[in-house]
Amino acid sequence: MVRPLIIFIAAAITNNFILTYFLGLCPFLGVSAKVSSAIGMGFAATFVMTMTAIITNVVDHLILRPLHLDFLQMIVFIFVIAVLVQFVEMVIKKASPSLYKALGIFLPLITTNCIVLGLALLGAMRNYNLIENTFFGFGAGVGFTIALLLISGIREELEVRDVPKALKGAPITLLIAGLMAFAFMGFSGIITLQ
Amino acid sequence: MNIILISLLLTLGLGLFFGLFLVISYKKLSVHEDPRVEILLDALPGANCGACGYAGCAGYAEALASGQEKNPGKCAPGGQDVANKVAHILGLDAVSVEKRVAKLMCNGSLENAIRRAEYNGINSCRVADMTIKGDKGCIYGCLGFGDCVKACKFGAMYLGDDGLPHIIEEKCTACGKCVEACPREIIELVPQDRKVFVFCKSLDRGPVAKSYCKVACIGCGLCVKQAPEGSMKLENNLAYIIDSHKVDEVAEKVIGVCPTGAIALDSKFAEVKTL
Repeated sequence: MVRPLIIFIAAAITNNFILTYFLGLCPFLGVSAKVSSAIGMGFAATFVMTMTAIITNVVDHLILRPLHLDFLQMIVFIFVIAVLVQFVEMVIKKASPSLYKALGIFLPLITTNCIVLGLALLGAMRNYNLIENTFFGFGAGVGFTIALLLISGIREELEVRDVPKALKGAPITLLIAGLMAFAFMGFSGIITLQ
Repeated sequence: MNIILISLLLTLGLGLFFGLFLVISYKKLSVHEDPRVEILLDALPGANCGACGYAGCAGYAEALASGQEKNPGKCAPGGQDVANKVAHILGLDAVSVEKRVAKLMCNGSLENAIRRAEYNGINSCRVADMTIKGDKGCIYGCLGFGDCVKACKFGAMYLGDDGLPHIIEEKCTACGKCVEACPREIIELVPQDRKVFVFCKSLDRGPVAKSYCKVACIGCGLCVKQAPEGSMKLENNLAYIIDSHKVDEVAEKVIGVCPTGAIALDSKFAEVKTL
């Protein structure tokens, strides 16, 4: 029971997907201007990533590996993710229109995001079992949310600060992303994960 | 050869399976959306100002499409054009948009209000307000330097001999420029056919208010007792008319009750008073 927890913490903090693997940089820069939208994106992504981790693991272990078709992982996982996001969108629209209004615009953004595919492929590469992979996906989502919240908080502050003209907008955001990645390097080595 | 076949079949099969899955779930889970909502949204200005009483244009469009809202003429920024379009989309009869006009909520003319100082500064309400709070005894009422008149782009206002700005309702477009210009916020946009108003913004206690203005609201509360339940209230020594729908009822009951005449019929309805 300890190993899934370690995997969770590793995915969320020490091997944060955004700040150490540099996956999912598009929403990291695109949806991080406001804290409120960052929270929405974070929740939507966490949900999709957890579901993806579960289903890709099942597909991988039940279909691809018995048939020795490991090389199809990427294509099949993209399939699964796209279908899953569509399905989730429909369910949310039906079940909770208010949640749909909050998350709706972010869901299509997640469909083709490398962080979700990266999660599925990394999980398969490391031979995680179903429980481990679930925690892995959830942890990755939490880590994504943490990183997004941190940078959106900083960017909201930056709005009222005197940033040099040449650095306004994307440049300062990328600089901050780099500095945050430095900070997260401090976590490396706390947990070793094979 | 075999592995190519298997992988082809597998992707094909998975594609079919997922496709079917999505089709079925779409059938089961699809939410019926009124297509008119989209069309209505296009017709509305998209300013999301909330003047219609709904949370943005989308809220108004949904209420219209679902039939909860029967009035297609609630969009103030859109005016008559949008009202016609909306009515056309919904197949309703076109309505005339409620015309609104600016109105000065103060009767502190030279005759009514007592002056406490001589002001020789810059001829502007805002400056007078910031420096010595104006030259009248009342620090809530009209300053009388005509910032609103200068702000009006339609020539619908003029400064009268009584020291108060007057509004020519035929020319007023309810643009709100005078409302913004007034440092004391005593100009309001009101429906043109509304009859009765509290022409005072003074929050001072009765004796104080009476000491500097003949027509101030002294917060006696007589009108609140006479008016229909819930249509008026007294707060901070000032009477407010709450429910604008009952305004005619209010007019019937409270006109003549006010000891100072702060609550009065609008001048253009003055002849109604005798009824």
